[in-house]
Amino acid sequence: MPDSFYEASARERLTALVDANSFREFLPPAARVSSPHLAMLEQPVAFDDGVVTGAATLAGEPVLVAAQEGGFLGGAIGEVHGAKLVGLIERAIVERPAAVLMLFDSGGVRLHEANAGLIAVSEIIRALLAARAQGVRVIGLIGGAGGCFGGTGLIARCCDALVMSEEGRLAMSGPEVIETVHGVEEFDSRDRALVWRVTGGKHRYLLGEVDALVPDRIAAFRAAAIGLLEKPAEFSLESIEREHAMLTERWERFSGFNDPLDVWRALGVPDPEAVPMLDPEAFVAMADTVNGS
Amino acid sequence: MNRDDVLKALFPDGWQPRVLEETYFHGRARVGAHSLTVVGTAQRTEIGADLALRMAAAVLDAVRNRPGETILFLLDTQGQRLRRRDEMLGLNGYMAHLAKCVEIARGQGHRVLSVVYGEAVSGGYLTSGMMADACYALADAEIKVMNLPAMARITRIPLERLQALSAHSPVFSPGVDNYYRMGHLRAIWSDDYARRLAEALRALAVLEPAQRRIDQRMQLGQERGGRGLAAEVAQQVRAHA
Repeated sequence: MPDSFYEASARERLTALVDANSFREFLPPAARVSSPHLAMLEQPVAFDDGVVTGAATLAGEPVLVAAQEGGFLGGAIGEVHGAKLVGLIERAIVERPAAVLMLFDSGGVRLHEANAGLIAVSEIIRALLAARAQGVRVIGLIGGAGGCFGGTGLIARCCDALVMSEEGRLAMSGPEVIETVHGVEEFDSRDRALVWRVTGGKHRYLLGEVDALVPDRIAAFRAAAIGLLEKPAEFSLESIEREHAMLTERWERFSGFNDPLDVWRALGVPDPEAVPMLDPEAFVAMADTVNGS
Repeated sequence: MNRDDVLKALFPDGWQPRVLEETYFHGRARVGAHSLTVVGTAQRTEIGADLALRMAAAVLDAVRNRPGETILFLLDTQGQRLRRRDEMLGLNGYMAHLAKCVEIARGQGHRVLSVVYGEAVSGGYLTSGMMADACYALADAEIKVMNLPAMARITRIPLERLQALSAHSPVFSPGVDNYYRMGHLRAIWSDDYARRLAEALRALAVLEPAQRRIDQRMQLGQERGGRGLAAEVAQQVRAHA
């Protein structure tokens, strides 16, 4: 069993994240529910359609859990995959677990069934926000090889809280898409350091979008998720107005920049160039002393 | 239809713009007994962090200052802005914020409608129009993730094959008819727009917020034969022992 969240499969992540032997799967692969649209295209299917859903306990507390398998079509969301996530979130409204944990590893809408995928993403967002409005806590975890992009990036930012590793990537459009449309001068997708600065966990933490920045170990994700079970879950007009003020301020302060190094400098990070070298603990200690995080 | 034609057709007696720019507009209108907050995009504009924030501000303004007033999105957008700067700022977070504002508005008793009159693409549509209690589109509008040639290139499936399958399945190719069959659109409007808007408002007016929170699209997709599995799969996960 790998210790690295990045390298583990969806099932390995889930089983190691929750309490030992507590995971019970809904619609397991034995149920053989796969995508009819992929089958129509004569493409390989997965008997869980690329997402594992179920119930477990975390530090003894009941949780509902989902993990996307980035190794199957980039974890992309199709009709069945999406409906499993909607069903899980709706179940939470009735069952009232301590939290819904969503382990994201997905590039967004599955293009092989694009229309079904787009509608599914919107249904997940609606279900998730409706659940939050009714007091359900949703925690997202990002650290898989596929990152968290497109519609999945939107779903992630609808959660109550996010845990992310340095290796995790979170954004809307991937660098390759932006490079294709506007050229290599706009976004060089092969410049790994730049891609990491824009989409990686450290930048997201410095911006205040992520609640816990952890090393790439499943045990570290687990500890952070347990810690977040205690965090007050608020979804109210007041909390959204605070978010609005924060996003407005971010736009006003940083929209003139094009490289996160300049954002970090403006935030008061003492040595922006050294950020990539800091280990997660030293980074968090530094970031937490910086204005705004 | 362009923006001015749509506004004229929906509001024959006029509307009160507060902001009327080339690509963004915001104001109020009356339809019978209903007063509406109108939030719209035009000229296939891209939605960047700044526009998402302005649309969110318009929704929050309605919640704060005009409790319960119906919110109407009128959309023509090519999708999210594809720039490094916007990604650096967390464009997905700005767009998700708009979705949260709509959900808060719904919870506070605002009814939410959306009408796509031009184009609606992926990220630009997900957290605005697709968040509505009921989604509509004009017959000559287009809703899509991407066109078939791009899909063929990325999935490495021959274009001819995708075109052939599109004749039977609504999941592949762009088009409002496909989004109707899959249950996303409540209806497609091809004439008599002002009357159809009034009917849509009446249909929503009788529902309580708890009823409006129930997303009916999977059910509609199943009834219309365009999305056979979603409703059943969601139900199985809800009910799994």
